[in-house]
Amino acid sequence: MERIPILKLGNYLLVSIQVDMHDQLALNLQDELTARIVQDNAKGVLIDISALEVVDSFIGRMLANIASMARILDAETVVVGMRPAVAITMVELGLSLPGVRTALNVEKGIEILNSLVARSTDEYPAE
Amino acid sequence: MNILRSETLPLQSSDDIVRARQAVRAWAVEIGFRLVDQTKIVTAASELSRNVCDHGGGGVLRMEVVEDGERKGLRLTFEDKGPGIPDLELAMKDGYSTTGGLGLGLGGAKRLVNEFHIESAIGKGTTVSVVKWV
Repeated sequence: MERIPILKLGNYLLVSIQVDMHDQLALNLQDELTARIVQDNAKGVLIDISALEVVDSFIGRMLANIASMARILDAETVVVGMRPAVAITMVELGLSLPGVRTALNVEKGIEILNSLVARSTDEYPAE
Repeated sequence: MNILRSETLPLQSSDDIVRARQAVRAWAVEIGFRLVDQTKIVTAASELSRNVCDHGGGGVLRMEVVEDGERKGLRLTFEDKGPGIPDLELAMKDGYSTTGGLGLGLGGAKRLVNEFHIESAIGKGTTVSVVKWV
């Protein structure tokens, strides 16, 4: 079965989407990521879409779903690397990715995750 | 409008949607669309192909390079022999979906192209034709 690799980086999971995704591949990713968040006790998910030439409503919905599912599992999601042409097209299509945090690149995405995770640890410090 | 080139692709599965996107991208590059317009026509093609597969029970995409005087464009026609759309006006509205999607398919695709025509007959099928000019 074709799969998108999920890498573990400290407390975070890193996914780089490098292929033109067909629908089943997108659904598999959603399932695997949620399973890995629990299995690895991950606090953050970083999804790199810099190789994606198109984000249609299906892929947009998948990204929004992953972010919602991750939040319920106590992990934050940041989508990084969106191409400018993709951003322009998504807005005209009417797709605004509600609830999905974005950053320009992986480095900035990690910074956002660090601050989000630090904030949630401050609010509920370990005993 | 002259047709300079034409090709028909099947739209039955999710893999066909990927192939349709790639074919539309290749033609859009070839006839000289700039990057943002390539992305728009490919995204519109992706939405409309998915409609054919998910709602129309599969069908075909006819791709044509067209010429109108000085200008060149890409015409994409999506045809299915599915159940048809009872209320076109409602189906074009953002947020309307019968499959639990985002409901951006038709209205969203229309905003990404220059010309948009839709015809649907109950029990006979739906044809959507779009044109984007270079």
